[in-house]
Amino acid sequence: MFKFTLRRLFFAVPTLLVISFVIFALLDLAPNNPTGDLPLTIPPEVREQIRAALGLDQPFLIRYLRWLHQFFINEPLNILEQITGWQFGDGHRLRVLSWATRSPVVDLVVQRMPQTLWVVGLSYLFGVLLAIPIGVLSAYKQYSIFDQIGTFISMVGYSVPTFFTGVLLIVVFSSYLHWFPSVYDTNLRVTDWSSLMAQIKQMFLPVMVLTLYNVSHISRFVRASMLDNLHQDYVRTARAKGVKEKTVLLVHVLRNSLIPVVTVIALGVPTIFSGAIITEQVFRVNGLGQLLIVAVQGGDIPMVQTLTFIFAVLIVLFNLIADVLYGILDPRIRYD
Amino acid sequence: MKRRNILLASVVAAFAMAGSAAHAERGGDGELKILFWQAVSTLNPYLSGGTKEVYSSSMVIEPLARYDETGKLVPTLVTEIPTLENGGIAPDMTSMVWKLKPDLKWSDGTDFTADDVVFTWKYCTAPDGGCAQKAQYEGIKSVEAVDPHTVKMTFTEPKYYPYGAFVGGQSPIIQKAQFKDCVGAAAPGCTSANFGPIGTGPFVVKEFKPNDVITFTANKNYRDPAKPAFATVTLKGGGDAVSAARAVLETGEYDYAWNMQVEPEILATMVAAGKGELVTAFGSQVERINLNHYAVDPSLGEKRSTKEAGPHPALSDPAVRRALSMAIDRDVINEAGYGAAGKPTCNIVPGPEVYASTANDWCLKPDVDGANKLLDEAGWVKGSDGIRAKNGVKLSFLYQTSTNSVRQATQALVKDMWAQIGVAAELRNISASVFFGGDPASPDTFQKFYADVEMYTNNFDGTDPEKYLAEWLCNQIPAPSNGWQGQNMPRYCNPEYEKLVTELSKTADLAKRAEIAKKANDMLTEEGAHIPLIYRGQVSARSATLEGVKINGWDSELWNVADWSRKK
Repeated sequence: MFKFTLRRLFFAVPTLLVISFVIFALLDLAPNNPTGDLPLTIPPEVREQIRAALGLDQPFLIRYLRWLHQFFINEPLNILEQITGWQFGDGHRLRVLSWATRSPVVDLVVQRMPQTLWVVGLSYLFGVLLAIPIGVLSAYKQYSIFDQIGTFISMVGYSVPTFFTGVLLIVVFSSYLHWFPSVYDTNLRVTDWSSLMAQIKQMFLPVMVLTLYNVSHISRFVRASMLDNLHQDYVRTARAKGVKEKTVLLVHVLRNSLIPVVTVIALGVPTIFSGAIITEQVFRVNGLGQLLIVAVQGGDIPMVQTLTFIFAVLIVLFNLIADVLYGILDPRIRYD
Repeated sequence: MKRRNILLASVVAAFAMAGSAAHAERGGDGELKILFWQAVSTLNPYLSGGTKEVYSSSMVIEPLARYDETGKLVPTLVTEIPTLENGGIAPDMTSMVWKLKPDLKWSDGTDFTADDVVFTWKYCTAPDGGCAQKAQYEGIKSVEAVDPHTVKMTFTEPKYYPYGAFVGGQSPIIQKAQFKDCVGAAAPGCTSANFGPIGTGPFVVKEFKPNDVITFTANKNYRDPAKPAFATVTLKGGGDAVSAARAVLETGEYDYAWNMQVEPEILATMVAAGKGELVTAFGSQVERINLNHYAVDPSLGEKRSTKEAGPHPALSDPAVRRALSMAIDRDVINEAGYGAAGKPTCNIVPGPEVYASTANDWCLKPDVDGANKLLDEAGWVKGSDGIRAKNGVKLSFLYQTSTNSVRQATQALVKDMWAQIGVAAELRNISASVFFGGDPASPDTFQKFYADVEMYTNNFDGTDPEKYLAEWLCNQIPAPSNGWQGQNMPRYCNPEYEKLVTELSKTADLAKRAEIAKKANDMLTEEGAHIPLIYRGQVSARSATLEGVKINGWDSELWNVADWSRKK
């Protein structure tokens, strides 16, 4: 297992390099332009000078190598300096700068991380916690009223897009009932009971929208996987031996059913970090998803490149974690 | 009688003073909450140039003079606007002198001097800086500090309309002490200065989260001790226009939301909630359809849409160009897509008032019969498919614009209107970032114009259209030789027009300038360089509890934020 993990980690390096190159090439080929959003009153020759100041007049390969240098050498060194307080070189390294804000991309990512993790992460956690019991019950009592309702709700959650549910909840709970705010306040700091309440209130709607989506998504997997196992021979054997129904369901069947579900959950974790682009936009949570979409629209290539690459790293990493977990959960699977 | 008048006047004056005294407390009105659905990326407008950056930074850094809501120049940091009459502008028009207000302070308490003004000019014109507002400083030979309160600007050649640099939200004064190490290539590195410029305006940046939210506090050193009325301002960004409108008009969570590009009927239902109202200002934005004067047939390959391709087989006929305009019912388009945010227009220079021509008003009323007759007379005959043709050339046009629901609705309406005169239109829309992106390698930019007609909005900074009218000169035609970067999209070229523009650049008298500008505007419409459609206003939403908002189409919408207050 250890050797397998090491081998996979080793192979991740060329994979990620290829990914970074593909992202960079794709962004470069896209007919997008950082000066495209500027008012038309700014004349073309000034736009040309802005592009030159951004380094866009340099050849593709130079820009790519420079980004590699900034991202893999300068940024880690900076982080190391900040953590340890040591000084490497003169400390004036060129960092990955966003074209729109002209500030270091990594600082922006760090600034956006908390609200994304809170809102999207919490909804993922709630989604998992709700989906497992719902999936188990639906499968155990297949075609019961509970199963029918569960199927209906998860179909709704699955097929109705978040830009619709989000706006619907705002219209009902913010515009009509005035219970929750429609705009997320990223400046709010939780210091006492009232600010905690305000934080819960402003998180309620976006978390609810995303939880609905996650529950419907994961509970379907749990149900299907439970159904597969419930009809297996070992279940009949256990029952024939007189094992209690509760033990049959929660120990034997659930444990075996969770193997594919764990993989799905682990592979879904990177999406927490990429944020929920639409939901963040609807509720103005302004997390990583909003950062990415604004950068895409504004042609802010260093920002898009860095963000998508971070997501790529997370996806590769969680693929590995899922594989390792699989081996731990299922003794039949051995990689060595 | 006379005595009574004096008495009355003094009573009125006393009331007026009492009235202002009621508000005369800095920071007495608590928090002001503003929503910009396009989030602000930086607070240095010299590095961005985007409207959202210019507007938000105008609360902190100020120009020497700005435009008020009627388009009149008003002094901000100077004692008066320099003119020929008061001697501020030299008789030969090659230099002008700004006299700074005495005792002005930056928000950090240091003195505001002529050196800061000189530095601002140096900052924006430094090579490799990529200053987005460089065009404002065009034609300036030097800016010198004569004494700490006098700035002298010298021009490379006589400048007959000299109010560009240091005027309006696009060219505010930045502090030399803060930015002195940020000139040229070093500019992007100064993150803390770009995110928190020190200014002379009513507010000071407390915290800036790029593309998210800005917190401001009242400037303790602001020149008017009674202002601003608000102690703090929160400027939140992100989301979309509809939900921004909702946050002001329906839920009342915010006091002011900028740029409500929303269909009129949606806004009308929101306004009915009674929490706020819409404010509209008309500047110089005109939605227009450009008619390509060069041939664009795909078979022409690389040559299409350039001079080498030859004139457009159908659109080079003046009768066709005029008929296309006559067939359009601008009222219908305005009602469907703009409502109070637009007015039908036939001018490319729609304002200010003195510049607005009325000579083309024939186009305001649709005349389908007249257009049909005109085309009949010109020899364009309807075929069996109902489309007119002449010598094998069909009146069938590719009509492109950027992706935007109002524009697509307008396209559909225009297509119907043109069908009534036997003109077919094939509709196409292109993502705004590509269409306006200006990438010379892309075939889909509005500069390349690989289509017969295209629609978008353009405008000019400030109130003077001289630079804008120069966009229709022959040498401004986009072509491979200039990297497709010209601004004359319709490829209009007329020596008579060039003469007018040259004359305009040599005229100082404002009344005469207006006369020439009108003539140039009329020529463009009459000759069918383009079809002006809608005079677009900017619409914002204001809470019913907010007072003092004077929305401005000529300068930053937040130009008078110091005068805003909470209704008591």
